[in-house]
Parts: sequence; C-alpha cells; structure tokens
Amino acid sequence: MPAEPLLGLEDVAIAFDGLQAVQGVSFDVAEGRLCALIGPNGAGKTTLFALMSGFLVPERGRIRFAGHDITGRAPHLNARAGMTRTFQIVQPFAAQTVRENIAVGAHLREPRRAAALAAAEGVAAQVGLAAQLDKPAADLTVAGRKRLELARALATKPRLLLLDEVLAGLNPQEIADMIPVVRAIASGGVTVLMIEHVMQAVMSLAEHVWVLAQGRLIAAGAPASITRDARVIEAYLGHGAAARLQGIAA
Amino acid sequence: MRDLVTIAAFAIAVAVLSSVLRSGVWTTFLMMALYAALLAQAWNLLGGYGGQFSFGHALFFGTGAYVQVLAQTQAGLNAWIALACAVASAAVVGTGVGALSFRYGLRGSYFALVTLAFAEVFRILAVTVGFTGGGVGVMLPLRESAANLQFASRQGAILVVLGFVVAGLLVTAWLRRSRFGAWLQAVRDNEDAARALGVDPLRVKLGAITLSAGFMGAGGAFYVQVFQYLDPNIAFGPATSVESLVAAIVGGIGTLWGPVLGALVLHALAEFTRNLFGDAPGLNMVIYGVVLILIVLFVPRGLSGVGRDVRAAWRPGRAG
Repeated sequence: MPAEPLLGLEDVAIAFDGLQAVQGVSFDVAEGRLCALIGPNGAGKTTLFALMSGFLVPERGRIRFAGHDITGRAPHLNARAGMTRTFQIVQPFAAQTVRENIAVGAHLREPRRAAALAAAEGVAAQVGLAAQLDKPAADLTVAGRKRLELARALATKPRLLLLDEVLAGLNPQEIADMIPVVRAIASGGVTVLMIEHVMQAVMSLAEHVWVLAQGRLIAAGAPASITRDARVIEAYLGHGAAARLQGIAA
Repeated sequence: MRDLVTIAAFAIAVAVLSSVLRSGVWTTFLMMALYAALLAQAWNLLGGYGGQFSFGHALFFGTGAYVQVLAQTQAGLNAWIALACAVASAAVVGTGVGALSFRYGLRGSYFALVTLAFAEVFRILAVTVGFTGGGVGVMLPLRESAANLQFASRQGAILVVLGFVVAGLLVTAWLRRSRFGAWLQAVRDNEDAARALGVDPLRVKLGAITLSAGFMGAGGAFYVQVFQYLDPNIAFGPATSVESLVAAIVGGIGTLWGPVLGALVLHALAEFTRNLFGDAPGLNMVIYGVVLILIVLFVPRGLSGVGRDVRAAWRPGRAG
C-alpha cells in the first residue's frame, strides 16, 4: 500500500458570484516531489493555492495535508503545520529590511530574536540575497523581491512550499539564476508545488505537471508528454490549434 | 543594548532635572510633558507598531481614571492597589474592544470609528449611571502622602509619571527586538503576507491593544491622582484621544522616541503660544494649529525622522 500523499485534494470547488473558478479538482502531491501547476490566465491556479493554504474556504470537497483534513483551516495554522505559500504579486514588509523580512518567517520555528535573525542570514545565502540583507525591502528590484518572497516562505521551514509564479517578471538571465535555487530547495527535502508560466522552468524543474483550464484539470503527466497533449494545446492556443500544429509538423 | 543605555540616561537626566528645578512653572511643565508623552506612547504601541489607528483612546484613559478614583472613594482601596486595578481594567476593556473589532476584520477608518463610538458610549454611560457621580463628576479627597500616591511637591508626581514613561520606553524597545514585535509589525505592513508566514493576526493585535490600553489606563490613573477631579468629558471626551495620537504622529509613529519628542515639542509649543498670545484668547490655538499643519506637511514621518534624514543626506554613499 503506498504511503499517504503529503497533500490531497478531493473534488474541490469554489465559485465567485456564480463564476465557477475551481470546479471539482482532485489530485495528490507525494512527499519529496517537485511538481508544477500550469494553465492559461484565469484558469484558477492562484485560487487553488488560496484554497489549499486556507485563504479561501472551498464550497465543496476536502483538502488533506500530512494526514489531516485541513479544509477551511486558517492560513497561519497551515503554515505552522508545514505548508507555506508565496504570493504572485509580491507582498514585502516594505518598511523593514531584507533581514527583518526573512526573520518574520524564521520566527515561526524560532522564538528568540537573535536566532531568527541568524536563521534569516542562512536563508538569504540560500536564495542569493546575502549581499542585500540590510537593504529596505522597498529598495529591491523585481528579481530581488521574488527572491525575498521565496526566502521568507523558506524561513518557515516548510514541508510543502507553494510557489506562485516566482519567475514571473524576471528576465531570461534572472530566470536562469533562479532555477537552480528552486531545484536546490527541492533536493533539500522540501516538497514543492509551483504555479508557473515560464515553460523553460517547468520543463527543466518539474517531475510532474497538472494543467488547469477554466477551473478544471484537463491533463496531468510528465512535462514532455503534457506539451504534446492536444487538450493542453487547445486550452492555450484555441480550438483547432492542435490539429493545425500537427498539420505543420507533418 | 543601545536602547537600554539611552533609556537609562533619559531616566537619570529627568530625575536629576526634577530635583534641580525650583520654579513651579517648569516642574509643572515637565510633569505635563511626561504625562502627554505617556499617552502618546500608549497610542504608539497600537497605532505605530500595530498599524491600528484608534480615534478613541480616551476609552482606556477614562476607564483607568474612573477605576482609580472609584476604587478609592467607593471601595476604600489604597491608591497603589487602585492603580493596579485601573491598569488591569483598562487592559481588559482594551482586549474586549479589540476582540469585538478585530474578530470581524475591522481595519483603517472603520476601526477608528468604532473606537470613537466606544469612547462615546462610555462617556454617555458615565453621565447616566449613578456610581460615577454622573455629569457632576467625582472628587478624590486630598490626602497628600506617598502611600496615597499624592504628592505635596511636583517632584514626587514627576517621578511617578517618569516611571510609567520609562516602562513605556522599555516595552517599546522590547517590541523592536522580540518575536511578538516582529509579528506585530509584519501584520501592520502586510496582514496577508504575515498570515502566510504563520502569524495569527487576531492574537497579535489583541496583545497590542491590551498593552496600549493598559498604558493609557495608567495615564488616566495618574491624571486623577494629580488633579483629584474627574467628570465624563475629561475621562471619555475626544480631547484625550486626539492629544495622544497627535503627539505620536508629530513625533514619529512606530519609533521609540517619537512619542516622547512629539509630546515635548507640542507641549512646549502650546505653553509658548499661550504665554505669548494670552491677551487674545483663541489666537494661541490658531498658531498651534498652523504649526501643526506645517509639521505634518513638511515632516510627514515625524520629528524623530528628521535626524535620520539629515544623516542620510550627509552620507550619500551609504544610501541604496
């Protein structure tokens, strides 16, 4: 019998004013994996993250984490249990320094101030922010803020890290710099589920991909097979696109 | 550590000053400036570090003041025991108001309005119910002795209020280097990000409003001990609420010394204009208002930020 997955979604659904944002999504994330959730804009990916982490409560379905039913549990309790999310639109504590920002995350496991600040330095080194520890968060570049978002979440010592487009808005060089950082986190034993639009990153990082379109899962599998899936191509490029692409290839 | 040294130096300097000053005008000035600093510090704990702008801090001030006087006149308690009751009751009222407003996610102007409404409700209650003495107010019998927390000389009163101000400084310094303080400032700066990192915003805000209300209650208790008279308007009227927040904002919210500096400057300004334009009643308030506008306009981060800005301008190499 296989071990219970770290995270399990069962028929999860939510609607906003009649718009079915997520409709009956079910999947499992096994511990130790690096997986990705992709899909066109408005597919419901970020909403799904908000449901998992407790910022939204599903209207239907159950969410299990580490063997417990966590449906509708508050975000701070989920973070304490080991599931931490980042935000697509970065949310720094702008008035505070990078070190103080990361220390807020570290305080979850470390009550003492000195120890939390020391832990923040370690995490900053891990994500490449060591040189900017004393800068106010407001002074960071977009790439720096994305790293800070990642660092703060990492400082909570999560078992499962939900990364919401940590590569969005970065230039190709910054993306290339960031990919090994994410890979190192995953190989350090943290289970990672990432929402990502940058296919270069998804292809090189993810072991498994789920594709969400209009609130439903339309495909799942290894990255290479996903990109050949006719339903996925149509979801991104429109009806009939898959057939035309095959025509071009032939 | 540096904070502790400066706080100790401040305490010693004020204590020495209080024993050196002979003029009644200056000892009264020092006492009232420290008292204003205490109210501003109390407001700063919640408003400056928690980002929850209260417009009704008189609620906690009045609770402390009424408990202080009634515990002595009605229950016959010693003034020092009454003081403990006053601080505790104000803190409990703070927790209660916090639980009611934060549980339902009230923020910004909505929170400000709710605190204002609570203060007004208490003011009206204090007028209506019997044991507060109603609109006539209550007197605290004059019994000058340290055991009764009443002092024949201003120096005793100065030392008492200095004790509260130093306690306020120590609590603020602790906020700046503790987990609770880090969580409180995280909630202030971005509540959703804080929640994602495992911070329980309700618990943190409740802690802040309880602390803040407790210090405000101490301010109310001190007021009663010095002036020996209290009525619903003094206790729960908006003047105290405004005084506490203006001094904190002028001095610099979310800073250690801002409230003390703001209270000192505003108090000096008020006294100065009153002496200068005493013959033309009302003109002093006009001048006071104009200076206030200028401060808010040109030093929006508060007076305590001026030094930092000047230093940053002198050392451009360190910026960025």
